[in-house]
Amino acid sequence: MADSTPVLSKEITTYLREQEAKSLLRFLTCGSVDDGKSTLIGRLLFDSKLILEDQLATLEGDSRKYGSTGDDIDFSLLVDGLEAEREQGITIDVAYRFFATEKRKFIVADTPGHEEYTRNMTTGASTADLAVILVDSRQGILRQTRRHTFIASLLGVRNIVLAVNKMDLVDFEHTFFANISRAFHAFAGDLGFSTIQMIPLSARYGDNVTRCSKRTPWYDGPHLLEYLESVPVAALDAEKPFRFPVQYVSRPNLDFRGLAGQIASGSVGVGDEVIVARSGKSTRIKEIVTRDGLLDRAVEGQVVTLVLEDQLDISRGNMLVAPDNRPNVADQFQAHVIWFDEQPLIPGRTYLVRTEADTVEASVTAIKHEIDVNTFAHLACNSLNMNGIAVCNLSTQAPVVFDRYAENRLTGNFILIDRMTNRTVGAGMIDFGLRRAENVHWQALEVNRNARASLKHQKPVVIWFTGLSASGKSTIANSLEKLLHSHGRHTYLLDGDNVRHGLNKDLGFKDEDRVENVRRVAEVAKLMADAGLIVLVSFISPFRSERQLARDLMCEGEFVEVFVDTPIEECARRDPKGLYRKALRGDLDNFTGISSPYEAPESPDIHLHTVNSEPSLLAHEIYSFISGVINSK
Amino acid sequence: MPLTHIEKLEAEAIHIFREVAATFSKPVMLYSIGKDSSVMLHLAIKAFYPAKPPFPFLHIDTTWKFKEMVSFRDRTAAELGIELLVHTNSDGVTEGISPFTHGSNFYTHVMKTVGLRQALDKYGFNAAFGGARRDEEKSRAKERIFSFRNGSHAWDPKAQRPEMWKTYNTRVSPGESIRVFPLSNWTELDIWQYILKENIPIVPLYFAAKRPVVERDKMLIMVDDQRMPIRHGENIEERMIRFRTLGCYPLTGAIESDAASLEDIIQEMLTARTSERQGRLIDNDEAGSMEKKKREGYF
Repeated sequence: MADSTPVLSKEITTYLREQEAKSLLRFLTCGSVDDGKSTLIGRLLFDSKLILEDQLATLEGDSRKYGSTGDDIDFSLLVDGLEAEREQGITIDVAYRFFATEKRKFIVADTPGHEEYTRNMTTGASTADLAVILVDSRQGILRQTRRHTFIASLLGVRNIVLAVNKMDLVDFEHTFFANISRAFHAFAGDLGFSTIQMIPLSARYGDNVTRCSKRTPWYDGPHLLEYLESVPVAALDAEKPFRFPVQYVSRPNLDFRGLAGQIASGSVGVGDEVIVARSGKSTRIKEIVTRDGLLDRAVEGQVVTLVLEDQLDISRGNMLVAPDNRPNVADQFQAHVIWFDEQPLIPGRTYLVRTEADTVEASVTAIKHEIDVNTFAHLACNSLNMNGIAVCNLSTQAPVVFDRYAENRLTGNFILIDRMTNRTVGAGMIDFGLRRAENVHWQALEVNRNARASLKHQKPVVIWFTGLSASGKSTIANSLEKLLHSHGRHTYLLDGDNVRHGLNKDLGFKDEDRVENVRRVAEVAKLMADAGLIVLVSFISPFRSERQLARDLMCEGEFVEVFVDTPIEECARRDPKGLYRKALRGDLDNFTGISSPYEAPESPDIHLHTVNSEPSLLAHEIYSFISGVINSK
Repeated sequence: MPLTHIEKLEAEAIHIFREVAATFSKPVMLYSIGKDSSVMLHLAIKAFYPAKPPFPFLHIDTTWKFKEMVSFRDRTAAELGIELLVHTNSDGVTEGISPFTHGSNFYTHVMKTVGLRQALDKYGFNAAFGGARRDEEKSRAKERIFSFRNGSHAWDPKAQRPEMWKTYNTRVSPGESIRVFPLSNWTELDIWQYILKENIPIVPLYFAAKRPVVERDKMLIMVDDQRMPIRHGENIEERMIRFRTLGCYPLTGAIESDAASLEDIIQEMLTARTSERQGRLIDNDEAGSMEKKKREGYF
């Protein structure tokens, strides 16, 4: 993109040197639907003469076809690039635009206003230095204005411009501006922003966008572009401790072993002492390698390959850090989580936590409270729905290395990934590590699982029966236990209904309760397997992810998933407890198969079809499958 | 000293290259021989130094590229000692698909989009680097850096994964893949500035020279070989021309220019009043054209 005029008069090399020296400001535009975000960006580009002739010709054509501004050019069509957006006249996903002025380079993220697309707004905010929040002067502060302002603060955006737009529609009356400014200060004043600038403008007509408007004589502040050009960008903080997430281990030959990555904060020099975060071991920097030559020092933002004095065990996901200021290394922490997925976040369910360079299994152990974005009130909740924001405790399977997000945006963030679909389902900002994780250590026991099992002359195994209610799980499991018992095996049968009378009597049948139900039983089964028993678990266990969780808890080869496959019509016909009749009448909520989903196993270890089969024969089928596993010799 | 704008872009791209190498089992870089590909290749070499890039480079050869592009490609691969794979949709060749007779839209679909899908399937690549930039075109402005593709290589613009910070979701199931765009945040000016700063070799067609052209549909098309049918009333003229972007010669319009050095090119670009893709026929052959091609698996 070009500065159009001053170039010819200068030597091109001088010009380019000036270009290189310019600072970069990344900002986003956000706010409620129809507050004019896309129009504002279109106007900024147009008035800065950054729209080229062929683009303008396309824009004029599109304005006639889709436009909502009569005969005028509809600037929003410059940025709403997807067909669905143009047809519906809304912004669905974030668009990135680039422009430069004499003073600065800009990357703008134009983000959607609909609550449904909060994930895309968050995407734009995560890398921004500044947020331009638009408000329609007639509407004032809306729910989405508050939501976006709150998310911006949560994601560490420190500078805010409140653009009070569509001033032309209220005849540029000062009172509208003053009232909105006051209301905004009242709720955003405490959100921790460094700067808040209010600007009255009309994106459609260009007032106070790239030139001061004569129609707002009561406003003596800067116009928008002037402000964007002059707001201070966060300078490098030399005081920040050194952080180097190890991204990639480079081993081109036996003589070279380098750790590649991008310095997240601070700086490092040849000869400096650094600590390996996970092991706490100390070493020194031997070389800082780049293709442009060896460096003496490297600073925040630089991508380098570090060679260390000592050969230490360091792989991707570890971190090299300053010796006198170390990050947290913990497997439990508290974080603010924003949820993106249609399937709600459920405590106890396992997800993948992905930091910049590390991936680890994790679950939310507790949702401490959800935050109402309108009132900032703390709400109690059992699960977190799409677009919800909550403070959560997380527990990871292995320790992760992190800082508080407030101290470091790069080493304090994570995303949550669904293990089945691989979708990005949430994002988190770490508040602090939980101390109890550091204080509860595993107690090493002297009589171990092998000792206990060998005394029973068997190898432990967990046989997990899943299937609809009345599919025949318990009947087959009973039959199998009798068979095992008669062969002198030490067994225990955990039955869904029975466990709900005791251990799990506090749980209901909602999704989050079902997840916790299965989690507890899986843990109990694990302890019993540890004690050397052959454990039979007969649970509906409708969700794939919880069955996967149970499998992951057990040792390799000690989990056998048995799918008791009975068509729902047949289950409803059998209906020994009358539950299907009740559910079909609508008298029973959250009944699996009727009003709650059942996710059949995709590749069970054993797949039983019960129709026209004797339970005892099916039990024999399982017995012959596992007899190889349980024989200790 | 904080990093300059161009240093930040370079660092971002290198970080992306390493991220893919660290997390994908079968990455590949699409190499289209243009200036953006030249910059990407240079960045890939930098990212893994002193090692070589741990992935091959793939060129989808439509058989209609400029001759100078093909010789530049082979020379570059030999000099750098990188693994270069070349794939052509042989069905398209057998059927004699030509941009002159079959229309740019159908031709592009068969020789580029289908050719690309064939190559990705053949080798089982699950991550493919492309040189697309967000400032090029309005649907590209909407695309993630790590852009998910389903089992049939399709992009679903309404269901893009959120992309936060530089914490990328690099997980795919078998058959699915990710297109990765390390130059997402670069502008045309950044590309030229970087080529100048790093002294990166580019195809000579970017520099002005006397070349044979015909004027057709308000565009200057270079007569690169005998396959181009000359219509009644058209004259082949030697004109001082160059190209702002490079693709298949029958679909790429030249501009009249005297810019013979990088400095001249940058100067000319800064005063141009049209965008670089204006000379690309395929962007404009129907409404929402690029988005549609991308949904079908085009880069």
